[in-house]
Amino acid sequence: MSGIGREKNRPLAVYAVLYLAFLYVPVLFLPVFSFNDSIYISFPLKGFTTQWYASMIGNEPLLAALGNSIRVALATAFISTLLGIFAAKAVTRYKMPGSRPVIGAIMLPLVVPEIILGTALLIVIMQAGGTLSLLTVTLGHVLLCVPFAMAVLMSRFEGFDRSMEEASADLGENAWWTFWRVTVPMAMPGITASFLLCFTISFDEFIMAFFLGSTDPTLPVYMWNQLRFPQRLPGVLALGSCILLISFFVIALAEYLRRRSSFNDETAKVTID
Amino acid sequence: MTSATSATLAVDAPRASAWRRLLMRSEALRGYLLLSPTLLVMLGIMVIPMIGMVVLSFWTQLAGNTFDNAFTLKNYADAFTRDMYRILFVRSLGISLLTTFFTVLLAYPVAYYVAFHVKRHKMVWIILMTLPFWTSYLLRVFAWKIILGYNGAINSGLLSLGMISEPLTVLLYNPSAVVITLTHAWAAFAILPIYVSLEKIDRSLLEAATDLGDGPVARFFRVVLPLSLPGIIAASVLIFIPTVGDYVTPSLVGGTEGYMISNAIQFQFARGNNWPLGAALALSSMVIVTVIVMTYVVVVRRLTARIG
Amino acid sequence: MTDAFISLRGITKAFGAFKAVDDVNLDIARGEFFSLLGPSGCGKTTLLRMIAGFETPTEGDVVIDGVSMSAVPPHRRPTNMVFQSYAIFPHLDVAQNVAYGLRRDKLDKAEVAGRVGEALAMVKLSGYESRRSNELSGGQRQRVALARALIKRPKVLLLDEPLGALDRKLREEMQLELRTLQRSVGITFVFVTHDQEEALTMSDRVAVMSQGKPIQVASPRDLYERPNSVEVADFIGKMNFLPCRRLNGSGEAGEVEADGLGRVPVVNGAECPDVATLVVAVRPEKLSLHADEPAGALKIRCRMQNTAYLGDRSHYVVSVDGLERALAVSAQNADPEAARQLAGGASLWLSWAPDALIALPAER
Ligand SMILES: Nc1ncnc2c1ncn2[C@@H]1O[C@H](COP(=O)(O)OP(=O)(O)OP(=O)(O)O)[C@@H](O)[C@H]1O
Ligand SMILES: [Mg+2]
Repeated sequence: MSGIGREKNRPLAVYAVLYLAFLYVPVLFLPVFSFNDSIYISFPLKGFTTQWYASMIGNEPLLAALGNSIRVALATAFISTLLGIFAAKAVTRYKMPGSRPVIGAIMLPLVVPEIILGTALLIVIMQAGGTLSLLTVTLGHVLLCVPFAMAVLMSRFEGFDRSMEEASADLGENAWWTFWRVTVPMAMPGITASFLLCFTISFDEFIMAFFLGSTDPTLPVYMWNQLRFPQRLPGVLALGSCILLISFFVIALAEYLRRRSSFNDETAKVTID
Repeated sequence: MTSATSATLAVDAPRASAWRRLLMRSEALRGYLLLSPTLLVMLGIMVIPMIGMVVLSFWTQLAGNTFDNAFTLKNYADAFTRDMYRILFVRSLGISLLTTFFTVLLAYPVAYYVAFHVKRHKMVWIILMTLPFWTSYLLRVFAWKIILGYNGAINSGLLSLGMISEPLTVLLYNPSAVVITLTHAWAAFAILPIYVSLEKIDRSLLEAATDLGDGPVARFFRVVLPLSLPGIIAASVLIFIPTVGDYVTPSLVGGTEGYMISNAIQFQFARGNNWPLGAALALSSMVIVTVIVMTYVVVVRRLTARIG
Repeated sequence: MTDAFISLRGITKAFGAFKAVDDVNLDIARGEFFSLLGPSGCGKTTLLRMIAGFETPTEGDVVIDGVSMSAVPPHRRPTNMVFQSYAIFPHLDVAQNVAYGLRRDKLDKAEVAGRVGEALAMVKLSGYESRRSNELSGGQRQRVALARALIKRPKVLLLDEPLGALDRKLREEMQLELRTLQRSVGITFVFVTHDQEEALTMSDRVAVMSQGKPIQVASPRDLYERPNSVEVADFIGKMNFLPCRRLNGSGEAGEVEADGLGRVPVVNGAECPDVATLVVAVRPEKLSLHADEPAGALKIRCRMQNTAYLGDRSHYVVSVDGLERALAVSAQNADPEAARQLAGGASLWLSWAPDALIALPAER
């Protein structure tokens, strides 16, 4: 019996590895050239230098942009995760008529082009007499992040042993305290993963920040502005490499937390009802 | 404890008690109450802005940041009749279609490989293939500018190897550069849904097909491919819609030849200073895309229903 | 019941068109060990959860100690529950689990520690304070759940098959402990089980449930000796059923014409005096087998079909002329020689006491 997948398929394996290379190699050019001792981004490489990294340290506008990005990303991650917790809890815990279209609506920003979401938000902000600032950027980022937060947390809350919360209510805690004393601690890996994910998305996001930001830029917008000056390209590469490294690290951590089996699963096994 | 309970019961107005009773009885009510903060926020930052955009698209831009709010269809007339926009619409759709096609085509075998041939480290593969997706979109696109540029990695590499005598100009600033870049950038959106649909296929179906005399190729086209169609459809939709409105990629690697509709939208909201027209362009592109996607889904469903 | 402590009044719970609990009226006395017994899916858990407040009755009202619970959320009810899955919080250790419900009482640390120590001592888990739930055995988890509920000093303790996940030996041990504990704390226990033996050994009273309704509420002895229906008689212990016709009968006793047995006196089950179609029910151990004809009037000849030796007792299957189904008989093996003689004998005698046969309304 030649069961499917039991035979080795070498060409397919080679192709898969090549595809992985296709995903990673282009991105690797950024760090490669960031250590190149030349302001031209071209082969052959001239020599090894860390000057582009060193020059970042005293760069006031860059550090200001970094600060902005971190503040926006923290706020975004916090708000989105909180909203994600409410929404994910609601749809996984209660039987609600019409919850499917509602979930669909919340997930909509996943597919609508960011430029449309961004300009629509821009229109309303300006019509309401608002001014663009890091706050408006944060609003835009929350819009993009809530679907991700909700997706991550929904998978966490599904299979959540309902009797844990009932036990808490039974022992005299109201919904609010049950939420903080049982639900949140038990969902902590998911919450952390959602927070890290939203942080990274916001930290890397460009379009919303571009449309909804003021003259006080976030890091991606700062980088975008630098692209106009060819002589600053190596600096951008160094900065980009740092951002990539941090993103990879944070996301890997989030993935690890998200997929790690936890006590939640273990207690589910004991549950009979 | 009961005395406390009865005390509160006695103190509570009947209405409050009725409300509490209703809340206890209705799961749906409690659910929507918990959902309401999120819904309110999404209403404020998504639904109302969208409505605002629709309204604005029927207005006329005046000097400064003011609008004439008399109803007009002129913006839509412009969007659909001016050559420039027609070209941009067609080009954007073309680029997105090609991107969708290539992304799915390239990703399918990998998803297939992971679903059927990888035994122990499936998750590692999946994480590896989705990890780049989470990193800066701007940087991933920018990487291709470095690779494809006039003095970029490919040209300078080939030059220093002596394989070409002068840099190739066909690499950057054209629609194919946009397609290549987008194919790379949206890979995860193809791999995941296809992988999921393949993973769901009951392995015994494949054995049944073999048992009934199908070779590996026939089995693939008669069983695996049709069953993974939902994944393909999902992937196509997930890639096609957002890429039509992509701004970063055409801006960085498209050049004037590769400009897409989003560049025109951005222009109207910035230097062009005609927001209503920008809104009309944005909404038109969404409507066109929605119509295309719906047609696509319906047609594919019909076709497979007939084959099945 | 004059002294109704928990009073279920017309409780119905419908899931869509399906009634999981159907118009239940029950009174439970203060300090009683009350069991809900019934096959899987008969609505025991649903009923218990309505007392705890996790489900809202579609109709009816739960009254505890004179207070209607209809607008009282679970966290304000004077009840505590031991969950079927125990629901030990995995992110807290044993002491924190047990102390969980004390937050609202605003006790100082020493008091909390004291109460926790007391509660753990009560369930014999002293020294386990810092363990996590995944470091506990099933029986230990069950004790933690018990301590966690008892520390609240509830008026009512609800237990949903708390022994279901334990092995037989531990189970029997815990049955005894639970019963002793209930006596010493004097809390009203409402105990759910589908194990009839468990219900009989532990309870003051048992409600046998079927399809969302209690079909008999009685003490274990009455339930066993005086079942009020074929269903209860069949569910509790073993029972032989014989078709019969009523001859006469009023009040407690009567007379029937039973297949194979002829004209025999019966004890009337609760509702049968008015019912025309009856069956006679008799427990296997109320029939005795004899090699020689015994004295007394209530006897009949029978033939041995099958025997099963169980050590302390034996099970026999005997056939009687005129009776379609064979009868099960069980006897203590006090005299092994007599037992062997019975097993070998082809033609035997069967006898019974005048109150051994119960007349029940035939169902179906
Ligand atoms: N939330 C629900 N929605 C629909 N039906 C339900 C729900 N909860 C319980 N039921 C149904 O109600 C009936 C009674 O369920 P319940 O859990 O009370 O049974 P049980 O007597 O506790 O059984 P077991 O001994 O198996 O625990 C079952 O048929 C069950 O399928
Ligand atoms: Mg149950």
